[in-house]
Amino acid sequence: MQVIKIKKGLDIPLKGEASKVVATFSLPNIVAIKPADFINVLPKLLVSPGDHVNAGSPLFYNKFDENIIFTSPVSGIVSEPVRGDKRLILEIPVTTDPEIKYEQFGKQDVSSIDTDKIKSLLLKSGLWTFIRQRPYDIIPAADSKPRDIFVSTFDSSPLAPDYQFILKDSMACFQTGIDALAKLTTGKVLLGIDASIKANIFSGVKNAELNYFKGRHPAGNVGVQIHKTRPINKGETVWYLNPQDIAMIGKFFTEGIYDASRIIAVTGPEVKNPVYCKTIIGSKITQIVEGQARQEHIRHISGNVLTGSTIKNDGFMGYYHHQLTMIPEGDYYEFAGWAMPGFKKFSNSRVFFSWLFPGKKYDFDTNFHGGHRPFVVSGQYEKVFPFTIYPVYLIKAILAEDIEKMEALGIYEVSSEDFALCDYVCTSKTEAQQIVRQGLEMLRKEMS
Amino acid sequence: MKGLRQFIDKIKPNFQEGGKFEKLNSTFDAFESFLYVPKKVTLQGSHIRDAVDLKRTMLLVIIALMPAMLFGMWNVGYQFHRAIGTQVSIWADFWFGLQAVLPIIVVSYVTGLAIEFIFAQIRHHEVNEGFLVTGILIPMIMPVGIPLWIVAVGTAFSVIFVKEVFGGTGMNIFNPALVARAFIFFAYPAKITGDSPWIYGFSNNLKAVDGITGATPLSYCAADNFAGLPSLSDLFFGFIPGSIGETSKLAILLGALILVITGIGSLRIMLSTIAGGVFMTWIFNIVGANQYMNVDPLTQIMMGGFLFGAVFMATDPVTGSQTPSGKIVYGFLIGVFAILIRVFNPAYPEGMMLSILLMNTFAPLIDHVVVQNNIRQRMKRLAKINKSVLNQNK
Repeated sequence: MQVIKIKKGLDIPLKGEASKVVATFSLPNIVAIKPADFINVLPKLLVSPGDHVNAGSPLFYNKFDENIIFTSPVSGIVSEPVRGDKRLILEIPVTTDPEIKYEQFGKQDVSSIDTDKIKSLLLKSGLWTFIRQRPYDIIPAADSKPRDIFVSTFDSSPLAPDYQFILKDSMACFQTGIDALAKLTTGKVLLGIDASIKANIFSGVKNAELNYFKGRHPAGNVGVQIHKTRPINKGETVWYLNPQDIAMIGKFFTEGIYDASRIIAVTGPEVKNPVYCKTIIGSKITQIVEGQARQEHIRHISGNVLTGSTIKNDGFMGYYHHQLTMIPEGDYYEFAGWAMPGFKKFSNSRVFFSWLFPGKKYDFDTNFHGGHRPFVVSGQYEKVFPFTIYPVYLIKAILAEDIEKMEALGIYEVSSEDFALCDYVCTSKTEAQQIVRQGLEMLRKEMS
Repeated sequence: MKGLRQFIDKIKPNFQEGGKFEKLNSTFDAFESFLYVPKKVTLQGSHIRDAVDLKRTMLLVIIALMPAMLFGMWNVGYQFHRAIGTQVSIWADFWFGLQAVLPIIVVSYVTGLAIEFIFAQIRHHEVNEGFLVTGILIPMIMPVGIPLWIVAVGTAFSVIFVKEVFGGTGMNIFNPALVARAFIFFAYPAKITGDSPWIYGFSNNLKAVDGITGATPLSYCAADNFAGLPSLSDLFFGFIPGSIGETSKLAILLGALILVITGIGSLRIMLSTIAGGVFMTWIFNIVGANQYMNVDPLTQIMMGGFLFGAVFMATDPVTGSQTPSGKIVYGFLIGVFAILIRVFNPAYPEGMMLSILLMNTFAPLIDHVVVQNNIRQRMKRLAKINKSVLNQNK
């Protein structure tokens, strides 16, 4: 077994890992799809408030690409969409029925149906929207032809959910999902597997090329795995999916229904009892977080602390998120904080005495720890950025809006999440993720 | 502590837009954030951030400079008392040196920070921490006999023309502390070269006992007086005249250790600079055309500001190379040029200063070559793919 070692990176020692127990709740009384979870999606509603929908019935389509349909994760009554500035739709809530009624798509034998049939079923059921494309992290167009399809079967980000645990009973569905996806590309389906786990449940997966990775975060980022195996060149597109969503696609073909139930990890230093929890895509989190918070003043993050999005304590889980993290807010003044010995302050540079205690876990909060400055320190990003790309030069090219330079420096190979650790370690507090996102958008608009 | 915080919160509105002292906004902010890490939270990107900031980084550089600074102060007193033929206690030497050096530090900080605050206010920026280090580096590379007004002029020149006109901390091309020294070196050569400025009071015609000239090792070499060179142990421990911070190699190595452990100073640059110096000396040793060429590598590296420059100046992340492989080339060439200038041009005894400034100019070029190489690899990969696609279509 050949193992690709990722030497650069950082595992952030955050407290609050979820214990391997699944808590089950009754159905959330409300779920919502948030168009802001998608890039380049302008929702056009296909239903009116008060309509009844089944799980898998269309809710809206993308005005920029009418083939892309988003369906309801549950059955229930569509509520009035929540709108923001310029009547932009922020949330499309559905009040759930006491028991979910599923739209029937018919059982399929994946091995005997053709590519077009698979494609049309995925598009019709809305499951297509779980596929995303690199570069740009958009949902691929219906006629998109990916060079390869990548799946990272492990998440290395802080307190990330363990797919070994989540998918241990769903491997048959996962295999079906892989079989279906394999028909959508002329290239390969490539699975990134955590080499540090013995008896990995994914090492038996067929119809895909298995690549083993070892190392600290971001070893589990699909972008890193693509870069280390078959890097993206200008003009190429690849797809990627989350393993749990592949199992959902598998189940769709075997049972003919869109079952949007999802196991998420509820994590973080402010959670009294961090566990896994079975819920639904877009679920309201009230039920999950009730009685779990250690204190009032905390931030709820849909996703992980590096890339997730802030939601209210009665907000909705993000479409692509498999984790809920709760950390304390950091809006306090700290007297001479920069001058203290810092035994309780974790840093990737050994500038606080905390480096003398490796293996210790910390309560991280949302404090910015300083102010924004121009780049001063060099070599800092390179320590956590396992690409053969010069990150600071790429960021500067984006800031200068020099598209040719961005291409030359390798922007097609990265996504904002690959820069999450750069955000974290930066002494000058540069918003690397946001800058890279802007760069990719600039490029996408230029190319379309 | 609570009282202080309440007081700051109470006077804060006066300094904000529309307040009585809104013109002092940046100044107020600088002092406030100096006392308290702001309560600002993350709004986008990563929700958590590393506890390190520029203040912490600069503080650690200053701590790393402290051994050399404290030794330098003691050495000022020691050299002075030796020159007038008396012997006093370690503390008396230190106390004497402190009194001689402190004014230079104060002048450097006051001049530089005043200019920084004014520019920050004009630009409506936060005051940057960069000068905290520059302000202490400047006195450390000065002779103790330097007139204070020259320190002020040199500092002002470098902060305005080397830093602020380029956009402030992080934007400058040349190391500001070295430019301050170079400016003084070229504008007032008599005050910073020769034998007199290195011992306190010598420039004011103080009479020394016989046999003591105040010459630094480099001035011995420049004058072809190789017999006068101090012993290796004196060079290493620093019981020699010289710029305030540069004499003790032991103290500098202690500082280097702090910089390397904390990860703030680049070990790559330090080592490659020394390697460059050793390499050039070795070449000279082989040629051996004159006596200066025959000085052994260890002596070369321990003379003058070579080690101080390698540890504290060449590693400046803003003006040095920023790519990992670029750093090696950059450091190596600094070492090479420093020795080259010393040996070939006795008019400029301190080759290190000019060598680092020269390589500051070339650092972006070195990085450019490194980055272009990376780009070329990517283009090659693309060309290969395109070729195979073409072949398939045929």
